[in-house]
Amino acid sequence: MPKKPSAGNTRPRALLEKIYKTAKTIRVFESEGIKLYRRGLIRGYFHPYLGQEAIATGACTALKEGDYIASTHRGHGHCIAQGAEIKKMVAELLQKKTGYCKGYGGSMHIADIAKGNLGANGIVGAGTPLGVGAALASQIRGSDAVTVTFTSDGASNNGTFLEGLNLAAIWNLNFILVIENNQYAVSTTIEESTRETELYKRGESLGVPSRRVDGNDPLAVYDAIEDCAKLCREGKGPFLIEAVTYRHTGHHVNDPGSYMPDEKKKYYAERDPVNRARQYLLDMTDLTEAQIAAFDAEIEQEFADAVTFAEASGEVSVEEFKEFLETY
Amino acid sequence: MADREIMYRDALREAIDEEMAANAQVFIIGEGIAERGGSYKVTEGLLAKYGKKRVRDTPIAEAGMIGVGVGAAIAGARPIVEILYVDFAMLGMEMIVNQAAKFRLMTGGTGRVPFIMRTQGGTGGGVAAQHSQSLEALFYHIPGLKVVMPSTPYDAKGLLKYALRQDDPVMFLEHKHLYMTKGMVPEGEYVIEFGKADIKREGSDVTLIAWSNMVPRAMAAAAELAKDGISVEVVDPRTLSPLDTGTILASVAKTKRVVIVQEAVRRGGVASDIASIIQEQAFYDLDAPITIVAGLNTPIPFNLELEKASVPQVPDVVAAVRKVLHHDIPMAAE
Repeated sequence: MPKKPSAGNTRPRALLEKIYKTAKTIRVFESEGIKLYRRGLIRGYFHPYLGQEAIATGACTALKEGDYIASTHRGHGHCIAQGAEIKKMVAELLQKKTGYCKGYGGSMHIADIAKGNLGANGIVGAGTPLGVGAALASQIRGSDAVTVTFTSDGASNNGTFLEGLNLAAIWNLNFILVIENNQYAVSTTIEESTRETELYKRGESLGVPSRRVDGNDPLAVYDAIEDCAKLCREGKGPFLIEAVTYRHTGHHVNDPGSYMPDEKKKYYAERDPVNRARQYLLDMTDLTEAQIAAFDAEIEQEFADAVTFAEASGEVSVEEFKEFLETY
Repeated sequence: MADREIMYRDALREAIDEEMAANAQVFIIGEGIAERGGSYKVTEGLLAKYGKKRVRDTPIAEAGMIGVGVGAAIAGARPIVEILYVDFAMLGMEMIVNQAAKFRLMTGGTGRVPFIMRTQGGTGGGVAAQHSQSLEALFYHIPGLKVVMPSTPYDAKGLLKYALRQDDPVMFLEHKHLYMTKGMVPEGEYVIEFGKADIKREGSDVTLIAWSNMVPRAMAAAAELAKDGISVEVVDPRTLSPLDTGTILASVAKTKRVVIVQEAVRRGGVASDIASIIQEQAFYDLDAPITIVAGLNTPIPFNLELEKASVPQVPDVVAAVRKVLHHDIPMAAE
């Protein structure tokens, strides 16, 4: 299993700790969330981010306050990495009034504008122009804020990919497009979807500096985004980063992923992003296994508390809904 | 302050100019709107005044530019995206319908989208099927969108200024025939709130409901009918969503007869919905069936005579008014 960090052998403990805790929080949220789904507490769709934690974690950790992200239908990880409150996320999934969207949105529509999260999205590819729009708003305001849109191999075959990135390019926006290449558009393989599977090359065709990174290595993603964000703030944006990864599961909780070959799952399991973040802690800090186990317990407790909070919360009434509609 | 007579396109420009001066978050993007000043000269001079940052030309990428506008609005800016023809807005319908219209509800009311799409529609002298449509019903159908269709320079300015100060996505639908029409507009500051119909002409015999370019036709029909002593009240809703049903129903209660005129095709149109509201809420006020004068259920043909036959003309409106006036409801069988 690869142990070496992407660059150098020393990193601030605070950074490595933040990366590990974020990745682990996403892992716990998704694993425990699936259990809640199986118990019937969560309805509708649930697209787990399991296996892709390094990307949201690395990218959002490299951003500053005031920066924006735009997310996808597989958005829990981005939301957590951008600093969302777990209890408000769980409450939203349980369709409660105390959730981020008061139960009006659900898994695919959590947004947290105050934290710069423009929202998850049920339409594949929509986040690209939306994120470019936020970057445009920042430029018009004279702000140096950077916007990261998380998109996917699937969305890269949608017209919004070209239209959005091209607008960011001609206007030199502080915009970073992160393609989470998990190699499937639902169940269709990347090879079936495009002749050129090295997706970063599409950015190059638009004059956007683009590169590919190991999407299962949180530090590799962190370094790439930190670098791009810095250059953006110097007026050199936009950028494209293709992060290659693989899902642990099928497209959503009810898709067993029967089309995912065992050898590939094994290959990526050996490069599991949360284990990698943990290994960085052990290799580059003086933290012990016991101390890391204490972090884990804290994260698990936070999730358990969030479930308790959500279960105790009420729901928006039909009367309140109708009152809201009066203004809609 | 004094009124001046200015063109519809000048009124629109004044609205944008004044709001850009007042609020640094307002900006405008579109095809050929900067140096060229727009196909209808609405944005002429704005580049020189506000610079490249806030007045930008875009590539021909409607989905992208509408999406970028929606994203900027979510992030707190106040974008105006000019789309050359409403027909081209179809390329950006995903962003309008699935993103802009739904964001506020999906976020439980916390997220707002003060996004304005300015575009124009309607027939206009042989520009054929893909540049002549009246598509307001598509937007009217979507909860969360405001649909604005000004018929005069005064309304155009006041409504656009209001649009730039409120927080919901607005489909601001102009008409290609109206840009060079003139009307009185005050020098001073004013806005027109959404959901306030305007009685363009008072009358007592028939209520004629019309919007956009059908208002001048309704006015011409009313003037002609007046020669025969027929008193027509012309009601211009100005905004279809929200719709000022109060003013419409009050007029119906007074006249007891209704003709609704729309340029759009009849099937699934806004006129049908207004008729359904009237019959449901004012059935016993009516002395005659509600009549709709609408476009034929056809793509607009290129041939000028066929184009003309495809959308309501003044004689069609006059005939419809005469028909509802002479319609005597048969007594129910005893």
